[in-house]
Amino acid sequence: MESSVLYEGDLNLKATELRLGLPGTAEPEKQNPVTGRTNKRSSPGDDHKGSKGDSDAKNCDCQNPPAAKAQVVGWPPVRSFRKNSFLPKKTEAETGMFVKVSMDGAPYLRKIDLKIYKGYSELLKALENMFKLTIGVYSEREGYKGSEYAPTYEDKDGDWMLVGDVPWDMFITSCKRLRIMKGSEAKGLTCGA
Amino acid sequence: MDPKRMRKLGELLDSSESTPLSPFPDEVLEAVLSLVKSHKDRSSVSLVCKDWYNAERYTRSHVFIGNCYSVSPDIVGWRFPRIRSVTLKGKPRFSDFNLVPENWGADVHHWLVVFSRVYPFLEELRLKRMTVTDESLELLANSFPNFKALSLLSCDGFSTNGLAAIASHCKNLTELDIQENGMEDKGGGWLSCFPEDFKSLEVLNFASLHSNRLLLRAPQLTELGTGNFQQELTMHQFADLQFAFSKCKNLQSLSGLWEALFLYLPAIYPACGSLTFLNLSCATLESDELAMLLSYCPNLRRLWVLDTVKDKGLEGVGSTCPLLEELRVFPEDPQDLDINHGVTESGLISVSRGCRKLIYVLYFCRKMTNAAVATVVQNCPDFTHFRLCIMNPGQPDYLTNEPFDEAFGAVVKTCSKLQRLSVSGLLTDLTFEYIGKYAKNLEILSVAFAGSSDWGMECVLGGCPKLRKLEIRDCPFGNVALLSGLEKYESMRSLWMSACNVTLNGCKLLATKMPRLNVEKGCSSFCSHIVKMNICWFHIRHRKPLKDVGFGCDSNN
Repeated sequence: MESSVLYEGDLNLKATELRLGLPGTAEPEKQNPVTGRTNKRSSPGDDHKGSKGDSDAKNCDCQNPPAAKAQVVGWPPVRSFRKNSFLPKKTEAETGMFVKVSMDGAPYLRKIDLKIYKGYSELLKALENMFKLTIGVYSEREGYKGSEYAPTYEDKDGDWMLVGDVPWDMFITSCKRLRIMKGSEAKGLTCGA
Repeated sequence: MDPKRMRKLGELLDSSESTPLSPFPDEVLEAVLSLVKSHKDRSSVSLVCKDWYNAERYTRSHVFIGNCYSVSPDIVGWRFPRIRSVTLKGKPRFSDFNLVPENWGADVHHWLVVFSRVYPFLEELRLKRMTVTDESLELLANSFPNFKALSLLSCDGFSTNGLAAIASHCKNLTELDIQENGMEDKGGGWLSCFPEDFKSLEVLNFASLHSNRLLLRAPQLTELGTGNFQQELTMHQFADLQFAFSKCKNLQSLSGLWEALFLYLPAIYPACGSLTFLNLSCATLESDELAMLLSYCPNLRRLWVLDTVKDKGLEGVGSTCPLLEELRVFPEDPQDLDINHGVTESGLISVSRGCRKLIYVLYFCRKMTNAAVATVVQNCPDFTHFRLCIMNPGQPDYLTNEPFDEAFGAVVKTCSKLQRLSVSGLLTDLTFEYIGKYAKNLEILSVAFAGSSDWGMECVLGGCPKLRKLEIRDCPFGNVALLSGLEKYESMRSLWMSACNVTLNGCKLLATKMPRLNVEKGCSSFCSHIVKMNICWFHIRHRKPLKDVGFGCDSNN
């Protein structure tokens, strides 16, 4: 499942992994040089949007060797940089790095590219600029206490979550859209027990 | 000009004073020599006598350094004071495939520091397989006011921030060629760092976002390589794109990734009439999509595609591209083991039938036959570059189950102009006997998972008079073969051997027999031997950890 795969990455199991290759060489991602086309077209004719979950898993689970045989390092001789040079991040176009942002009370939606932000603080600042409001500082216990607004997002499971609860990398791959809640609804949102 | 003859001539005469060989004033000699462009010819010229050496020094405007460790930037700066253009290559080619440890070296920074001092009028810099940091790119952008052309191929270490510095400060830029690099995309709008009105830009190859705005600003473009087109172009954006492309009347080269290329093809048709190079190696096109696009490109000379186009797509190439000189077919998924995916021998045959001018092929496939290769080279005997990669190591002819000895035998026997050859599939020493015997013009040979014994490598080292670069991985060639090439290595630029039967003792012996060898150590199981102008890289499997071995020479970086 994608989210558990993602989580494995966060726990950095890479460090204890056994793999083929030169000592002290590159990360597993590089050693399994998927050409970066996200394999979503392995069956021609598939609607690529439909298989974006697939590509998600492949992009995040770089330690996944093919079923049949052990891979030979650096073979076939396709440049490992090819995947980097044309796809800034592989997930960009397919998995909604561009997400809609709605704000309660605003007449129309906006769209932002999550990929260009390095973390939550940048994102929140951007939202504050975009909508001319103050969201304030996130705390795990109290959410965005003191602010009239609470940034929330809908994740892949369809649940509405508070922005900031999960690690950034997990957030950007699971966020489908953002909604800035206002008023009493916002005040009611806190995190955890 | 044969350098040996030149040198002998120079030696006959007393080369320390002006000689009967050069009775002209220096200015005349320099005027004549400044017309000599080829760097090989210039090397020959410099060997004639001291006067010619000096005249050549002062008239050289472009320096090509095939191995950044062969010479120091200070020496280059001293010897050639009037350089305007530099080409520098760093890591061995197999670093592209992760066979070289990270942080191995080939950092360009020190070169730029020296150049900023000795070549303030530098105009062009072309780097291949070098490590380039953002700091280096900023230094570059700020040190050379006349800077015009930057090309980074298969480099690493930089991000879009570095490119922003180039775009912002290099006011005279005509060429920006950034391809297949390990570049970190830090987002931001580095493209908008280009000035509003950018008439000077002629070549732009990169992979990033939203190039259509730039197209409008740079109508002189002759080469354009773009990155990802956003999935959902609005009608307005599409019209913009179409308009932008219609302005590019001079476009000769187009490359890039278009996720939904099929939808946007009509936008680029207006620009296709002048195209000679089309790089679709990042676009997963089907055969009919390719056929449609090709119908708009009557002048195509070079085509790069993915194997998603299949044999049918290649049939289309054969029938619509009579002027084609170069074809590269890359695998969409190199790790896919299903031999029915991608292209086969039949695609290559179709191309060879229709494209009789083909001289360069790079072909990744999962099925091939001896007969097919023989047919292909009969149809196209003028190959200069024949690079065939049968992706399953050691795979035989799928119809006869035989090795591909006869296939590559046919290639070297038929293609007398062959300069570069990559072999693959199941191969015995016979292949290398053929290569050594027939490949008189071969300069670069790449071998993987092939051969039966030392004899194979010995044949190559004993033949192939023009061999410059030999790359070998996972072959049963050992110390005997390695040491058989001592004489050959003098004239070669580099030798790479990894996962062969060469041992550390073999390398040590080589080092003692070639006293100009310098040894540079990478990680404990990886030794690089560097000879002046040559490099031998060996990756040796050790069972015990290596202690610090000095080979008795400097290890200079």
